[in-house]
Amino acid sequence: MPVITYRQALNDAFAEELTRDENVFLMGEEVAQYNGAYKVTEGLWERFGSKRVIDTPISEAAFLGLGVGAAMMGLRPVVELMFWSFAYVGFDQIINNAGCIRYMSGGLINVPMVVRGPANGGTNVGATHSHTPENFLANTPGLKVVCPATPYDAKGLMIASIRDNDTVCFMENTLLYGDLGEVPDGAYTIPLGVAEVKREGIDVSLIAHGRAVLTCLAAAEILAAEHGIEAEVVDLRSIRPLDEETILNSVAKTHRAVLVDENKPFCGVSSQIAALLAEHAFDDLDAPVLRVTALDAPAIYSMPLEKLQLPDAQAVVAKVLSSF
Amino acid sequence: MARTLSLPSKSKKTAAKKVARPAAPKVATKKATPKPAQAAAKPVKKAPSKVLAPKAAPKKAAASKGKAAASTTGIAAPAKVASLDFSKSPFNASLKPAQKVGFLREMLRIRRFEQQALKYYNQGIMGGFLHLYNGQESVAVGTASLMNGHDEIITAYRDHGHALAVGMGMNECMAELFGKGTGCSKGKGGSMHFFAPDKHYWGGHGIVAGQTPLGLGLAFAIKYKKINGCAVAFLGDGAVNQGVFSECLNMAALWDLPIVYVIENNGYSMGTSLERSSAVNGSLAKRAEGFCVEWATCGGFDLYELRANLGAAMERARKESKPMVLEVSTYRYYGHSVADANAKKYRSPEEIERYKTEYDPITIWQNQLLKEKVVTQAQIEKIDAEAKAEAAAAAEFGISSPWPTEESIFEDIYHEVDHKTEAGQTGRFFFSE
Repeated sequence: MPVITYRQALNDAFAEELTRDENVFLMGEEVAQYNGAYKVTEGLWERFGSKRVIDTPISEAAFLGLGVGAAMMGLRPVVELMFWSFAYVGFDQIINNAGCIRYMSGGLINVPMVVRGPANGGTNVGATHSHTPENFLANTPGLKVVCPATPYDAKGLMIASIRDNDTVCFMENTLLYGDLGEVPDGAYTIPLGVAEVKREGIDVSLIAHGRAVLTCLAAAEILAAEHGIEAEVVDLRSIRPLDEETILNSVAKTHRAVLVDENKPFCGVSSQIAALLAEHAFDDLDAPVLRVTALDAPAIYSMPLEKLQLPDAQAVVAKVLSSF
Repeated sequence: MARTLSLPSKSKKTAAKKVARPAAPKVATKKATPKPAQAAAKPVKKAPSKVLAPKAAPKKAAASKGKAAASTTGIAAPAKVASLDFSKSPFNASLKPAQKVGFLREMLRIRRFEQQALKYYNQGIMGGFLHLYNGQESVAVGTASLMNGHDEIITAYRDHGHALAVGMGMNECMAELFGKGTGCSKGKGGSMHFFAPDKHYWGGHGIVAGQTPLGLGLAFAIKYKKINGCAVAFLGDGAVNQGVFSECLNMAALWDLPIVYVIENNGYSMGTSLERSSAVNGSLAKRAEGFCVEWATCGGFDLYELRANLGAAMERARKESKPMVLEVSTYRYYGHSVADANAKKYRSPEEIERYKTEYDPITIWQNQLLKEKVVTQAQIEKIDAEAKAEAAAAAEFGISSPWPTEESIFEDIYHEVDHKTEAGQTGRFFFSE
């Protein structure tokens, strides 16, 4: 199987879907002639032309809203946000329009749009470019939220998202774009709402999404090698819909849960998972549910301190050990 | 050529009474009366293509400034509409008597529908917000009459008129106001959120100017799919101050999108007059100039005038795939919504009365049709009685309809769940117990 980057996996997904369905188009700042600020759309403008791959002015509210309007008419916009942090100037369009129109129209309208881009901290660019809004968006019934951790998942989830008839907020990660992984040629889909056990274990469940999954995998190796603890790593992949069954099955097996989340702790994704475990896994648990999240402060610019703000393998190991 | 097609009322009277549109900046009343003959001859100014070119140099755009400045403002005092004859416009000359009477019927239906709704709202039987369109009916009816079957329209929260004008039924609309399961949105949208995609009507949107980029998306899809149509997106005079509208104008010009933004200028953004909310140099529509978007203003009280101007704008959008901003002067008789406690404080009762008696679009149209002898007074009364009866029956329908079922709370959120597709089966979608 070919080994390609997370970035290339996404690029391949776009090429597949642009070829398959003429209603699919890509739009965003610098996605076309510049080849993408993070080169995720590299070569697509040259290959598919200006009708299908479109550079926008710096007007997030307008081009997000344009995407909603075009999607209502049956097109399938894939709208790039250079950073998900920039969604905040267009939140009205995502929440009130993409998120609510189907409901408010009594089901007459649907908005088959993908809004995508990186949503992560850890890149030394300060608070305004480091937001992780998956919790905000997943808080809106009507929206779907996906956070792939690997190249294989990125491609399969992207193709599924483009074919989905609802709006999908697809969150990538600039720190993962260069990661390599095995990815099949051709189109395949990974259904939204299906988590994956990325590592089997029996002693503790590490539950995470996005880059934190890789942090968990690294922590699991340390736990196994140095502490004889076999951690199971559950990758949520999709925040909404959420695969609760896989989470609960894992915790029923391991009896311990440590939630690892680059989202903030207050009302973050891990809060939702903790509530789920409190409600449905209470009798399975041998220890309190613990969390390792981003520190509860705006992302700091200073590089060494920023590293402290995000979960790393050592912090996860320490937290796991504290639960025994 | 004057871009403004509405005439100020006889200036002496206006100046003396100072009851010109309260929204009008003071300069407005000082403007010279444009030459009616010119305006009538060519309702919509067609600017040199240079001005419209997306990459026009600022200098080129500025070239039209002089002309624009010479025109009177679109928010000037309302025209004595009968004084200017738009009936010969290409969009009006071929109208059949039955069509003209049909317009009257549609306007009366909207008015009677809303008055019926108001009755129940005031009784506390109907909830929500109720933004009444009384006084503005000509704009929605005129627009719907110009749609070619491929045009798409979208508006803000004052949406009952547009909904009925495009052919939505009174029953489904009234039931929606009552929050009933038989409502057009199954009781999930309410007054501000009527939709009928099958009639090319995309709502009904509650957030001021939030619909403006959606309209852009409709126009984008029309162009993308090579459809022979245009998008018409309505907004109020308050909405022009939302940033997203400016973003839309830029993108519409940049990409030559076939959209007409119709500013329904009723003089007030909620309780704040235009004068107190917008920096204006002549008209709101003129702001489009900064984005190389063609613009015009016209009166909205006379259907002929509205149709002549909007018809030309829509045709241009379809044929040339170009955006345009058309500012239409109009007036609402009620407050911003019925819940507007200050409805009679920020404008004088005399002002409201003057519009009702002198500028009511229905009265003006009735008089016009009587003059043309295409309808008799008795026929008008019959049409009105039918509209009232239809509205009363719709209210009965709404009241007697069942509430939405409790299960329906979780329907119409995700397409994939509603349709029980494979994608709607994996994972949990709703998190309440």
